Amino acid sequence: MSKFTRFGNQLYTGKKSIDFVGRKWTWYAISAVIVVAAIVGLSVRGLNMGLEFTGGTQYTVTVSGSAGQSLADKVRSAVGDSGVEAAADPTVTTSGAHNVIIQIKSVSTTDNTTVVNAITKATGASAGDISQDHVGASWGKEVATKAVEGLIVFLIAVTIFIAVYTRQWKMSVAAIVALAHDVVITIGVYALSGFEVTPATVTGFLTILGFSLYDTVVVFDKIKENTKNLKATKRSFAAASNLAVNQTLVRSINTSVVALIPVAAILWVSAVQLGTSTLKDLALALFVGMAAGTYSSIFIATPLFVQLKSGEKDVIDSERRARQRAKQVDPYAFVPTFAEGMPVEDNGELSGDTTPGVVPNPEAASSGGPAKPTLRPTDERPTSRGRTAPPARGPLREGGSGRPQPSREPRSKRGK
Amino acid sequence: MARKNSRPGRNLLIFFLVLICAYVLVAVGGKWKPELGLDLQGGTRIMMIAKGHPTGEAMSEARNIIDQRVNGSGVTSAKVTTQGGNQIVVEIPGKSRDDLVNEVSQTAQLRFRLVACQDACASSTTGATASTPTPSGAPTAPATGSTAPVKKGAKAHAKKNATAAATGAPTAGAKRAGLGFDQKTVKKGGKKAKAQKAAKKAAASTSTASPSATVAPTTAATPAPAATPTTSTTPDQKGDVSVKDAVAFMNNPPADQVSKFDAYTCPAKGAVTNVNDDPTQPLVTCGDDGHKYLLSPAIIEGTQVSSASSGIPQGSVGYVVTLDFHSSGRKAFADATGTISATGQMMAIVLDGQVISALTASSRIDNGAQISGGFTQDSASALANNLKFGALPVAFDRQNGISHTTVGPSLAGNQLSAGLWAGGIGLLLVMIYCLFYYRGLGVVVVGSLIIAGASTYAMVLLLSKTAGFTLDLPGIAGLIVAVGITADSFIVYFERIRDEMRDGKSMRVAVEAAWVRARATCMAADSVSILAALILYIFGAGDVRGFAFALGLSTIIDLVVFFFFTHPMIQWLAHYKFFNRGHRLSGLDSEALGVDRITVGGRA
Repeated sequence: MSKFTRFGNQLYTGKKSIDFVGRKWTWYAISAVIVVAAIVGLSVRGLNMGLEFTGGTQYTVTVSGSAGQSLADKVRSAVGDSGVEAAADPTVTTSGAHNVIIQIKSVSTTDNTTVVNAITKATGASAGDISQDHVGASWGKEVATKAVEGLIVFLIAVTIFIAVYTRQWKMSVAAIVALAHDVVITIGVYALSGFEVTPATVTGFLTILGFSLYDTVVVFDKIKENTKNLKATKRSFAAASNLAVNQTLVRSINTSVVALIPVAAILWVSAVQLGTSTLKDLALALFVGMAAGTYSSIFIATPLFVQLKSGEKDVIDSERRARQRAKQVDPYAFVPTFAEGMPVEDNGELSGDTTPGVVPNPEAASSGGPAKPTLRPTDERPTSRGRTAPPARGPLREGGSGRPQPSREPRSKRGK
Repeated sequence: MARKNSRPGRNLLIFFLVLICAYVLVAVGGKWKPELGLDLQGGTRIMMIAKGHPTGEAMSEARNIIDQRVNGSGVTSAKVTTQGGNQIVVEIPGKSRDDLVNEVSQTAQLRFRLVACQDACASSTTGATASTPTPSGAPTAPATGSTAPVKKGAKAHAKKNATAAATGAPTAGAKRAGLGFDQKTVKKGGKKAKAQKAAKKAAASTSTASPSATVAPTTAATPAPAATPTTSTTPDQKGDVSVKDAVAFMNNPPADQVSKFDAYTCPAKGAVTNVNDDPTQPLVTCGDDGHKYLLSPAIIEGTQVSSASSGIPQGSVGYVVTLDFHSSGRKAFADATGTISATGQMMAIVLDGQVISALTASSRIDNGAQISGGFTQDSASALANNLKFGALPVAFDRQNGISHTTVGPSLAGNQLSAGLWAGGIGLLLVMIYCLFYYRGLGVVVVGSLIIAGASTYAMVLLLSKTAGFTLDLPGIAGLIVAVGITADSFIVYFERIRDEMRDGKSMRVAVEAAWVRARATCMAADSVSILAALILYIFGAGDVRGFAFALGLSTIIDLVVFFFFTHPMIQWLAHYKFFNRGHRLSGLDSEALGVDRITVGGRA
């Protein structure tokens, strides 16, 4: 745990940083592969639409005894196990005292016979006690059309909202692209897994829509805050954005853990314990979508936003300033550290002051000979202001002052 | 430092009081378990067979309208399907919802017609019959609760803004209407009606002073000449039913209609009436109160109703249904009320061929209509609902075409318990994770989650009582997931506090600084959710609306808990040394922050 929190601190200060923005092509490539797989899956396998969308066949069985819930459960599993694909997830209810109603998707004549056999076996009724009827879709075109209309209006509204809130329409574009990414992946997973699309799935799907945008807005809010005053922060736009993502990374991880745990629990229980169920369909949509939503906020939306902004004058200026600052060399950074017993050359110059960046010779150090002056390793880039402190002897702590302080306790506290 | 106006204790107290109030309301409702949906509890199945041979289109349109009627708000999760070409099946959660049979099967053809004769045509031979003072008083007798508007009409009190108040006693079953109206004719007719109205106004003004008994002869005589030229054509007009023609019919009903009227006897109360309600033809029918009417062709149809709502208006005791019309309907209504104003003549509101109320008007009414009398809360809201969503394009055989049975749940019993267990385990894991990661602060997360859960449960209970909200299995899963998502705002806030402390602020300062920023972030992000909820609710239908409702509810609960519980709680905890000195278990110690040393407030 402490490692994770220390990691969190390092991410916050920028000491450790994952290059989300710089390695954008890697992330794009990963996403592109997944999205293409999703689209291929969708076009090859198609979606397994539920009874509520397609309509189907209804069997009304009159049983001689009383039709109770246990009988309905028995019929449900019998029909579900009959091997007919369209009847894999039947809706079975009791109706009145002596009727059982079974609804499945439309089937061919042979499959129909199989289903009828399964029903007669389970209920003990004869084929004559079963009446068949066509049943229409309860989720008709009307509902679907209205839902799509609502979605379009919502997307327009949310684009405007983000643009107004952040004052950057490019953020809206990036957020919508990330959203499309999540949605395509979720639909693709449905196509590939063959899970049934039910009204519950649609609900889950809409939840994802909201969650994906919500998560993106949280990350973008931090970016907005970090890039508000680029000149003062002395960072390039890309670096500032990257820092923002790193700073919200711990939050993103925690949020996805907390949001995904209940979904994962529901998915596991429903898929493993219950077999086919409404819950499974819903939980899968939520799980995939929410994971994709968190991923895309960080790996797609942010780099894309930075990329979209890269042509703007302010951003180019900030990049140039950052480059120049990186070039400025701290005049003290390359002064060799002096050690006791350091041999002084005849001409009075130190032996090591040749070119910067020379790695100290490890042999020389271990040979036990007189210590030669060493150069600071240059992997620590000099900052533009002040002198880079030499490596500390003991552990340092980050004090409130912003400068590292020696961590050694005063003598009185050390108990000496 | 905490600002002067930040009073964590007070905010917490208010929040808990509100929560307790919600639970008191729940206790008053007396139900501690939410209504479960069709899939978990079963419900009532209503099967209706359409009359004749409706087209597939008409059936699916009827399905949509019925769907909206039973699931207008999207929270009841009823299921409506067509079956076998001429049947519509409605499944509604709840065991005995036979009361809904009327609401779903009512055709709801609403029409406004003018009354030519009530009970008896006094002067059918002269052709100049207007309603006499006796009929105008009649409706008040059966519907005692609504005498006021009628009296006003009779006394010809002109009142601006008055809505037409119709008296009548609709039975629980009678509630639906449609209006059809030809706009072209309205315009034509409208002008003439105005002239007529002016004439009548003159007549009315002369008559106001005299006692109401004497009004009849005067008013009856005056409009007659004006109407005569058009009278002969009225009944033959096809589809063109203008206010003018209707008025002409009213004032001078043709003899054949009168004889039909005289021959008609009202069926016994409660008997099923099958009246052929053709909007272009005069109609002889009866009211719920047992009166017999001869009515003009329809002047306004139910399709002209733009909105309908029910409620108790201020200063009144009974439920009324308030109607508003589209522009042409409004104009026709204004013309018609203008014409009959102060004459004692009546306009009838006809629902499915039955007069649900007959009204007099005291002046020209330019805004909507109001139907009052004998409504209960349920019947008023059902009528408003049915008027709003329009008339069904098919009719059902009400005697033997409608049946209802009880259906069992469509999911096996183990699904609910499995879902609840899974959700419970999931939430438990979330709490353990938060406690492990945030230590002391984790207690606040767990507390906030429990409070959010309690608030949600209270709202679900209240809604299932008031709005017919039912929980199906996906709904339950959605609520569990929503609680998990709720935790995000706390995480954003806590991470902010830690970041501020990493910058060297002491906890009490960091709590306030982080609040300002976390609040902005959460409000922006939650605005997106609320926007989604609002738009999907407005544009969606059926299940989508139900989802939008739940999303909006959980987001608002999230914000409320965040503002009125989490933040004050943290402020309050910040006063304790355990937290502001960075105790090892507080979650704000140097180790948890990943820094070497934390700043301790004030004397550090």
